[in-house]
Amino acid sequence: MKVLGIAILVAALAVAAVPVHAQVSDGVIKIGVLNDQSSLYADLAGQGSVVAARMAVEDFGADKKGMKVEIVSADHQNKPDVGSSIARQWLDVDKVDVIVDVPNSGVALALNQIVREKGKALLISGAATADLTGKACSPNTIHWTYDTWALANGTGNAIVKTGGDTWFFLTADYAFGHALERDTEAVVVKAGGKVLGKVRHPLNTQDFSSFLLQAQASKAKIIGLANAGGDTTNAIKQAAEFGVVKGGQNLAGLLVFITDVHALGLDKAQGLIMTETFYWDMNDKARAFAKKFAERDRQIHPTMIHAGVYSATLHYLKAVEALKSDDGTKVIAKMKEMPTDDPLFGKGTIRADGRKVHPAYLFEVKKPSESKGPWDYYKLRSTIPAEQAFRPIDQGDCPLVKK
Amino acid sequence: MVAVLVLAPFFVYPVFLMKALCFALFACAFNLLIGYVGLLSFGHAVFLGGAGYGSAHAAKVWGFPPEAAILFGTLVAAALGVVIGALTIRSRGIYFANITLAFAQMVYFFAVQAKFTGGEDGIQSVPRGVFLGLLDLRRPLTMYFVVLAIFLLGFLIVYRAIHSPFGQVLKAIRENEPRAISLGYRAEHYKLIVFALSATLSGLAGATKAIVFQLASLTDVHWTMSGEVVLMTLLGGLGTVFGPVVGAFIMIGLENYLATLGAWVTIVQGVIFVVCVLIFRRGVVGELGRLLRRPL
Amino acid sequence: MGQLLIGLINGAFYAMLSLGLAVIFGLLNIINFAHGAQYMLGAFVAYFALQWAGLGYWWSLLLAPIAVGLFGIVLERTMLKRLYHLDHLYGLLLTFGIALIVQGVFRHEYGSSGLPYGIPSQLSGGYNLGFMFLPTYRAWVIVFSLAVCLATWYVIERTRLGSSLRAATENPALVQAFGINVPRMITLTYGFGVALAALAGVLAAPIYQVNPLMGADLIIVVFAVVVIGGLGSIMGSIVTGFALGVVEGFTKFFYPEASNTVIFVIMAVVLLVRPSGLFGRSTRAR
Repeated sequence: MKVLGIAILVAALAVAAVPVHAQVSDGVIKIGVLNDQSSLYADLAGQGSVVAARMAVEDFGADKKGMKVEIVSADHQNKPDVGSSIARQWLDVDKVDVIVDVPNSGVALALNQIVREKGKALLISGAATADLTGKACSPNTIHWTYDTWALANGTGNAIVKTGGDTWFFLTADYAFGHALERDTEAVVVKAGGKVLGKVRHPLNTQDFSSFLLQAQASKAKIIGLANAGGDTTNAIKQAAEFGVVKGGQNLAGLLVFITDVHALGLDKAQGLIMTETFYWDMNDKARAFAKKFAERDRQIHPTMIHAGVYSATLHYLKAVEALKSDDGTKVIAKMKEMPTDDPLFGKGTIRADGRKVHPAYLFEVKKPSESKGPWDYYKLRSTIPAEQAFRPIDQGDCPLVKK
Repeated sequence: MVAVLVLAPFFVYPVFLMKALCFALFACAFNLLIGYVGLLSFGHAVFLGGAGYGSAHAAKVWGFPPEAAILFGTLVAAALGVVIGALTIRSRGIYFANITLAFAQMVYFFAVQAKFTGGEDGIQSVPRGVFLGLLDLRRPLTMYFVVLAIFLLGFLIVYRAIHSPFGQVLKAIRENEPRAISLGYRAEHYKLIVFALSATLSGLAGATKAIVFQLASLTDVHWTMSGEVVLMTLLGGLGTVFGPVVGAFIMIGLENYLATLGAWVTIVQGVIFVVCVLIFRRGVVGELGRLLRRPL
Repeated sequence: MGQLLIGLINGAFYAMLSLGLAVIFGLLNIINFAHGAQYMLGAFVAYFALQWAGLGYWWSLLLAPIAVGLFGIVLERTMLKRLYHLDHLYGLLLTFGIALIVQGVFRHEYGSSGLPYGIPSQLSGGYNLGFMFLPTYRAWVIVFSLAVCLATWYVIERTRLGSSLRAATENPALVQAFGINVPRMITLTYGFGVALAALAGVLAAPIYQVNPLMGADLIIVVFAVVVIGGLGSIMGSIVTGFALGVVEGFTKFFYPEASNTVIFVIMAVVLLVRPSGLFGRSTRAR
């Protein structure tokens, strides 16, 4: 019986062992793009981020410089355990040197730890929680593009100043939602406003009717949507159904991407105010990038996350070139040393706590009559200079920052 | 089997093997209930995940060394098993499946709400620590052998339970409960004991898994995880000794292989379910056993 | 008060879905775990009808149930038939597998973020009821599902067709001896139950987002509803569906995080106290 047992197990192991990848020699810079490719965040990052990373490698001219760069990608399905497993496999077995993007703050926090233990590099464009440069800051992680503090500061301040001083929060019940709600509430209160109530909804909720009813009952002037992706669009759609705006309340989308506006259509999304750090129609360089990107990604125009992946990958490759090594911790340190300069974010710097700093912009969604065509959705309301856009470095409780 | 598993980590990625071993133990424990007593529990993920949270919390927040954390997690599962078992064991068939599902959902809800479980983010950065003060678990090979030892221990318990007078009574109950009762066996008691045992061993698997992956998350308590273990056991062979192990390895291997293809995993799982139920009811090991005319 | 209405709306979906399930289980003893996936298929058919053929909502109300019902019939003929002599749990596992396949295929093709489907213009806008603003469409949902549920109940409990069906499940051989084609009745009944699921899907499409996973979490709730109502009782599932929708609605107000779970708590309690459910007929010794 034992022999049989062994035979069976060998067979099973053989089946299972096949997919394990053979060792890849070093001398190759392997970039892993990890994000949500099938669920509520698939459009704002997803395959587009892979495209952005590829464009960065091409624009960097890796081939001409004799550097071998490979890109792999995977879907973390918004689950920390799936993301961790993939990250482990990538870093341990597949010789991936840097992981890029990672929307979903829960997954990002998990990876933050793993990458740190293994001494590799993590460039976050998708995730939002400001804790990544706060309590959870790490010498192996750089937080690009945006964070909850920047959003709260931009949108929250702007809205309160224009009279929206009573708020009701509709929050996604996980790390990101909580962080966004916390940071926005702080801004609102500091600016003299009041929070009349909040309700938490599970991630990926279909039906917001009962939450919206509570929001209406609170009579708050502003209903703050501390969620993203599909949750935000669902909430906005159903709010229209229930006559929220007609009843005199306004929706504040605390994290909205151009892909969300596209999914909603201008008639539903008009008037929404949001903070972003990139818009494809901002200047000539951005437009050029967007044109190339759209051709490669089903005519979708790049969101700020895609732009962040591009910018981060480019800077990473520059650092590796200068250092002549892809050792994670050292490259991140080098990236912080070198000032950044790329066509999409312009000149910027990376702080000691891992925070990439650049200006933020307050946009308003155009009315259908104001738009000249698809993807022409935003008008610029104001620019927040880089020094003011992100949380001051000494307020974050980051252990890496010397007081 | 032992020989193969001892040599395996030198050829195959140890973390993958550890995952497979944990699930193999989970499937063996589940098989106790369905293969030998005939009760389909649709809420077994509770024990896997609940123990995972227990051991993760113990290791991270209370600073327990890994062996104590795993033990604590297992005890959590055992307690859950006794409570849920006592309430559900009187039902049978579809009602049993439903009521175990109901309790599983309640535990899931608790997991989502309770502060200490971290909701959608789970409990992260669980330290691996040093086992018994001697073995540093951060080294993958060491961790692997500890996990292997735990798996073998669990497997042995299951094996002894099946091949014993106790196991015979279970088979009698499965075949014809009224007759077993008329022979003087208190079927309810036996069923409860098996349920608790199954829960405890599932907990052992879950608690160990939390330490290996340094993470305890909602996926492990979600009802689809209960579905997965049913699939593993069905595929391997209900009521066989090695079946669940084989089933677990195949399923984890498949998931690994198809991970980059996202939705294909569910499609393949569905196809396996359908095929197994329609024509392959005895599972891999079951069919093999039939070919060789030996119980496996 | 507004929550009550919202609860009724959700309850309408639960009622329709559990009606389909109850019909299938009560009359055929099949545990149709693929019900959620069939609900999703109904919504998708509506979406496709609009995208590819320009056929609007009203057509879909007719088309989707027929299309998905046919799919159900094929399913029954080719696969479910073989399992009737086995333990019911195999039926559950088979339909579970089918659900995984269907959902997986759609997820692969369409991602999980959902496809837009607009509210038909005749039903948009709403009434200001004072305590809340009730969208017309949601009011329509309640009315329509009530109508369908009551019609089905009437057919099954009060007509000859219904009674032959009920008789067939008690004693197929005898009914067959009377010249009634039992296997065909079973097939058609399964198809009907599935069609009900698809109908619910079409109703859901304008408000809930057409997405591949819309049925997945709904299915276990619907099961709970059927079990609480009593497997085998048609009126039971209708009443329980609406009632539980309301209960869930209130929970969303007082303790929103618990809203998903309250139904299961109730199910556990009911099963412990009345094992055959609230309206169940305890003639079924299982």
